[in-house]
Amino acid sequence: MSSPVLEVRALTKHFPVRRTLLGGPARLVKAVDGIDLAIGAGETLGLIGESGCGKTTTSKLILRQETPTSGTIRFEGRDIASLKGADLMAYRRAVQVVFQDPFSSLSPRMRVGDIIAEPLEIHTDLPHAAIEERVGRVLELVGLAPDVAPLFPHEFSGGQRQRIAIARALATDTRLIVLDEPVSALDVSVRAQIINQLEALQKKLGVSYLFIGHDLATVAHISHRIAVMYLGKIVETAQSDALCARPMHPYTQALFAAALPSHPDDRAPDKPITGEVPSALSLPSGCRFHPRCPSAIPVCSQTEPALRRREGGGEVACHLYP
Amino acid sequence: MATIPANTRLAAERTWTGRLAALVKAAREAPLAVVVILGGLILVAALADLIAPYDPTLPVKGAEIFAPPFWMEGGSLATPLGTDFQGRDILSRLIYGARVSLIVGLMGTLVAGGIGTALGIVSGYLGGWVDQIIMRVTDAWLALPAIVFAIFLAAMIGPSMWNIIVILGAVYWTRYARVIRGEVLSLRERDFVKLAEIAGASKLRVIKKHILPNVLNTATVLASLTVGVVIIAEASLSFLGVGVPPPQPAWGLMLSEARPTLMAGQWWLTVFPGACILLIVLATQLFGDWLRVRLDPQTRNL
Repeated sequence: MSSPVLEVRALTKHFPVRRTLLGGPARLVKAVDGIDLAIGAGETLGLIGESGCGKTTTSKLILRQETPTSGTIRFEGRDIASLKGADLMAYRRAVQVVFQDPFSSLSPRMRVGDIIAEPLEIHTDLPHAAIEERVGRVLELVGLAPDVAPLFPHEFSGGQRQRIAIARALATDTRLIVLDEPVSALDVSVRAQIINQLEALQKKLGVSYLFIGHDLATVAHISHRIAVMYLGKIVETAQSDALCARPMHPYTQALFAAALPSHPDDRAPDKPITGEVPSALSLPSGCRFHPRCPSAIPVCSQTEPALRRREGGGEVACHLYP
Repeated sequence: MATIPANTRLAAERTWTGRLAALVKAAREAPLAVVVILGGLILVAALADLIAPYDPTLPVKGAEIFAPPFWMEGGSLATPLGTDFQGRDILSRLIYGARVSLIVGLMGTLVAGGIGTALGIVSGYLGGWVDQIIMRVTDAWLALPAIVFAIFLAAMIGPSMWNIIVILGAVYWTRYARVIRGEVLSLRERDFVKLAEIAGASKLRVIKKHILPNVLNTATVLASLTVGVVIIAEASLSFLGVGVPPPQPAWGLMLSEARPTLMAGQWWLTVFPGACILLIVLATQLFGDWLRVRLDPQTRNL
């Protein structure tokens, strides 16, 4: 892959937990614990994992809503932590986000046109007419009529609202969009439409996506590559096809097993994982997944596996594949 | 792909005539008694120069002092609600007094709401030590008894109607600061605020475009409930002699002037201004209650 649009190296984010009144030792929540990611131009990277695995913290770090404890995030070759002033504004212009809940992400008191125009107003001094024209164009891009601009968000359905949110993200010449579970709140029938729309937009505009999700089928469908995250670490990463054809990490396998079969008569493979995600406050020794892993072996509880090349391309962190 | 035709109903509401129609419709939904009382008082206050029969600051020529209302023995239709200790027409004084009460009530509320809303937004949105300082000041302010504090301030800067407005604004802003701050704390966690920040919006822009429009409802409801409080406070200060200075006609001042003769049987000197205060406060409170229900996002999807 030629130089990536976004490159994340050894990124960590630890949240300190306040000491108790009795003065217990200061503890850390290791929300993100040393992850590497890279997204090429026009590429979609899927980031998948259970709630609490650090997906959202990762997106916040990329969006500069949180500062990393250590590690670097490079956007088009520049470390975003050092961006200031005009450079920071250029970054803010190039990277946008679409959130999960389209009912909370659109201001109830602003008209659709103003919502979409906001990034343009911030970053350009285009005259009113030019902004209006641009708003009309992005509305058409996402499959809405330009004359919906004067309406309020509450007049739209969830799917339409999410289209508006996407239109807003595209308003400036955006190069990376963080899609934070953009279809999780939508009806199943609407999901496919939005996903297909996103894919078509990517082909047309060459924009990159970081697609965060917990629903394997959706993520696998839209992503070129997938990174599977568990408790702040990436446990497996591979091209989407390769990962789906042969998931290697037991956690990835469990995610596949948990997905509903596409036909009701199909039997899901019997490899359920049990228990809850352990607290990020007291991580298990060795491999973080071993207490829930159906194929754990003694070494799993002692040493933490590193990411190693896996068969069929990509990497996996598991003692089963030395 | 799905397309949506422009909504014609909303298009209509965006023109000026459409807005006027919406306003008339809203007024129709308001409780009739409240609209009549408030509308009547506002009209009387605005047109005081035209409808008041006499100059409220000068004795009526040829009228006795302490003349009773016209229906009582010794009363006259020339001074229908009687005269006071200087022979001034009570009705004229009440009419001009409405003007004082309304101006002080509305302007005082505006000052209080302005200070409180601004501090509440800054406190809630910036957070950190700014929030700590503003909220501790608010706490300290709340600990002072409002009227005593207002008397103190009035004694310091001297009595006049405009001073009273500033003083009452400075006394009653705390409620706004606290309520608005709470609202802002939840607003700033909303996705649309985060989206604006991620898009690079400055703090000022976020406040102007996203925070302020979303707290205006709350501020409006608080304001409508504060008007009555401010009017009573003005009347109290005037009654105590640190409010609107004589000979300007204010209802509180009229009560104060009637006090020495209260037990002597001239009941009209106290009952009429007292009733006026009761009426205006009751009307503004009812209006505030109605507004609260109407603007509540739980009951109306605004």
